[in-house]
Amino acid sequence: MNPLHQKTQFARGFAALLVIGMLAGCGGAPVKTEGEIEPQRTLEKNVPSDATFAIDQSDPIEGFNRGVYHFNAWVDRSILLPVVEAYDFVAPDPVKSGVHNFFQNIGDVENLVNSILQLKPKASLVTAGRLVVNTTVGLLGIWDPATRLGLNRHDEDFGQTLGRYGVGNGPYLVLPILGPSNLRDAVGKGVDMYVNSEIDPLFFEHNDGTYEAAVRTLDTIDTRDNIAFRYYETGSPFEYELVRLMYLKMREIEIAR
Amino acid sequence: MLLIFLSFFFAAGAWAAVEDYGYPYADPLVATVLGTPKADQAAVSRDIPRKEKKIVIFPDRKLPDAVAVRSFQYAITAQDKAAPLVFVIAGTGSSHKSAKVRQMEAALYGAGFHVISLASPTYTNFIQTASSTRMPGRTSVDAADLYQVMDKIWEANKAKVEVTDFHVTGYSLGGANAAFVAKLDEEKKRFNFKKVLMINPPVNLYHSVGILDRMLTKNVPGPAAPDFNTFFDKLMKRFSEVYSQDDELKFNDEFLYRIYEKNLEEGRTAKPEVLEALIGISFRLSSANMATIADFATQRGWIVPKGHKFSRTESTTPYYKVATRTSFVDYFDELYVPFYRELEPASSRDSLIRESSLESIEPYLRGADKIGVMHNADDIILAPGEIEFFRQVFGNRAKIYPRGGHCGNMAYRDNVTYLVDYFKK
Repeated sequence: MNPLHQKTQFARGFAALLVIGMLAGCGGAPVKTEGEIEPQRTLEKNVPSDATFAIDQSDPIEGFNRGVYHFNAWVDRSILLPVVEAYDFVAPDPVKSGVHNFFQNIGDVENLVNSILQLKPKASLVTAGRLVVNTTVGLLGIWDPATRLGLNRHDEDFGQTLGRYGVGNGPYLVLPILGPSNLRDAVGKGVDMYVNSEIDPLFFEHNDGTYEAAVRTLDTIDTRDNIAFRYYETGSPFEYELVRLMYLKMREIEIAR
Repeated sequence: MLLIFLSFFFAAGAWAAVEDYGYPYADPLVATVLGTPKADQAAVSRDIPRKEKKIVIFPDRKLPDAVAVRSFQYAITAQDKAAPLVFVIAGTGSSHKSAKVRQMEAALYGAGFHVISLASPTYTNFIQTASSTRMPGRTSVDAADLYQVMDKIWEANKAKVEVTDFHVTGYSLGGANAAFVAKLDEEKKRFNFKKVLMINPPVNLYHSVGILDRMLTKNVPGPAAPDFNTFFDKLMKRFSEVYSQDDELKFNDEFLYRIYEKNLEEGRTAKPEVLEALIGISFRLSSANMATIADFATQRGWIVPKGHKFSRTESTTPYYKVATRTSFVDYFDELYVPFYRELEPASSRDSLIRESSLESIEPYLRGADKIGVMHNADDIILAPGEIEFFRQVFGNRAKIYPRGGHCGNMAYRDNVTYLVDYFKK
């Protein structure tokens, strides 16, 4: 798969997603079931109309987002997690941490690009230092001696770069497989993927598609393995809202850093 | 003579414990929010053969389509040889995966026990798949439900796990649950529990939730009811400040701890009203979750419209708003009491409150040598003087630490040693 092909495919997928989003956008508000009875406590009777709620976040296509959230939960449970479990079972811990460090090191390329774009001299230097140390002494990144030397990782992506220059969140968006995002961060993700395919740190261009597929699969498994979150296990019927709030607040805090 | 010597020994022992106890936080609110700093935690290996499992408790129960997790979830961590088994019951609103359960699993497995971890009867998945009434909080009902769950889980695993003795423990509400389960076991004799340990249980559930509720309403005032928004914004602003200044800080379990440390470095002290509000909000959220699910599962039409079918794409935010502005006492008065009074017309609000306390089984607790308690003198969920209940009823079976707040010291070295030794003896 060449980078250009990958790029157009992503753009096409993204456009399709937006169209579906707009079509499904009207959903979200509770729809009454035939014969249902109004509860004892209601929004109108029990909550003052001027009350404000942190849980209210801009989510104009909530119905669509909830549908994707549910789809993601399904994919997670029926495909991703079983594969991650098998990986956990097969791969010894040192191998897993090597794999993790390797992809983290590759991720530092994106961090460096965005640190520079945000004109953060310290973060840029530290990240550049990390890349040099980890790629050489850390044997292509499978070890992470840089962190031990006090060179801390600075996660930066193009969504944050846009945020840094004043671009607002835009509407909340749940992306298929990738999960919580918003319009700005989704565009950012697209740009990061494009830039990554241009830099091509893993030499996808000069290798066959099987190599790229294998590397991407391993990357996905490693990413999922390092996220403790499990769908529908927060114990809250309001999980969708709580995840949305957490995501948006965390991004605000990350952009401010 | 021996008695005098023994009582002196115990008194001296208790005194020494007060003096030597090295748990770091003197403020019970700080302890409750932050728990135990990593450096002071007992060294336990987290690399344990823990297995996530599912089991159907009520084969004929028809769950609404909107319920995502449709069977009862638990975890088992088994030794590969014969060993005693400890059932661990989580605290209010918590699952079998909560941080405290995970820490107990690791400590107990490391000390040679099999461990079966269970969610609290107040946890969503328990209410929907394993509660007989789907209206949690009633100690006798919750104990019977837990007992049934333990029984079915044991049936499903007994061929693979060789057990010498059964024990049961739990923290917070789970601690009280453990005592009621032990009492039920005296009749049913399915497990013949050898030892039972309650960790930071409430004396009276109703009193304790009242205390937690007031921590919110007192500190987060709003126009008519608690207003989270202003408080939340301030909190986020502070998080953001600290996060910006500290490039080692990550969003993980040490996040709050680092914020606290940073505050100290800057000469700020943790404000009690902020800590209380944090505890109050966290409790309110778990009680809102529980009340909404109990209402929905029983179709009482309290917050969720009776007969309403949820679609995958519909917003639940209006219910969130109503539920988070509803206190636990409201749940008790408007949902719980009417529900149980319909089932048993002889019961009353007062009798239901009494039932929810350890005092209701005091004679049993006094005589049950197998039951012990590990508690903290400064636990914030106890009303003034309630700690005396444990001293009087349990005597030397009560291990009362001078500090630790509510469950804040559970991972502390001494506490883990006490937990493990308790079941080993």
